[in-house]
Amino acid sequence: MFNAKVYITLKNGILDPQGKAVKGALQSLGYDEVNDVRIGKFIELQLNTGQREVAEERIKEMCEKLLANLVIEDYQYQLEEVAS
Amino acid sequence: MRFAVIVFPGSNCDSDMYQAIEDVLGEPVDYVWHEDDDLQAYDGILLPGGFSYGDYLRSGAIARFAPIMKQVEKAAQEGKLVLGVCNGFQILLEAGLLPGAMKRNDSLQFICSTETIIVENNQTPFTLEYEKGEEIQIPIAHGEGNYYCDERVLEELQANQQIVFRYKKNPNGSVDDIAGIINKQGNVLGMMPHPERAVSEILGTTDGKRLFQSILRYWREHYDS
Repeated sequence: MFNAKVYITLKNGILDPQGKAVKGALQSLGYDEVNDVRIGKFIELQLNTGQREVAEERIKEMCEKLLANLVIEDYQYQLEEVAS
Repeated sequence: MRFAVIVFPGSNCDSDMYQAIEDVLGEPVDYVWHEDDDLQAYDGILLPGGFSYGDYLRSGAIARFAPIMKQVEKAAQEGKLVLGVCNGFQILLEAGLLPGAMKRNDSLQFICSTETIIVENNQTPFTLEYEKGEEIQIPIAHGEGNYYCDERVLEELQANQQIVFRYKKNPNGSVDDIAGIINKQGNVLGMMPHPERAVSEILGTTDGKRLFQSILRYWREHYDS
């Protein structure tokens, strides 16, 4: 079994209104070092498969089909084998 | 002309759409459940506003895979008229029937207001009854109506007159003030403003009426023999 952690963020160069608002809030709290904030999504999945390559291929497909909208978003994932 | 109003779990402008067809056009209209898989009987397909599947993940992302959507895609390919309003527009974008994507409004606020919309293209089946450049009053109600597409797609939209509606005063951050776009073939329109909420005096504006009248006029001129 694999545990997959999927991170989805807006593509670089696409203005992130939420990130901008949070950056403003952090700076007004005195965290002047905050240069940029990007807000995204974190999705955790458990995959019932034994092979890493299969899991990898399937998770990519899931990201591109449903989990991320590639017009505006990028995705990354981490796969970790767990005991079933 | 027979209309289908597609109902997803979480649609909430479906009865407004239904009423608009009934009241403005007096043509037959049915609700069609998202699990159905037949649209053969219909000439016009309407995807209403709301929060299909709770807008979970992204607005329209899950609805786009509902069984009925295969038939909506087929209807679009056959040249039938397809109109997506608000969440319906978001679903058409997710389904790839229209280019681009929606982001959260740049103010991060849900905006509910009547906007001045400019009719940029009156040569579509949906806008025949308007003047080019006409300013109309149509309400918007959305949190994610900040239309985005890249430079290349924008140039294409501009070159092919696919930008049908623009906001006079951009409320949400949309690229090029875009409020509504049509596909290249000219039979699939997506728009954030709600024409179905602008069809009687009691609603404050009747400027949405002519959109529905345009659809019927087009259909009669082309198919009603």
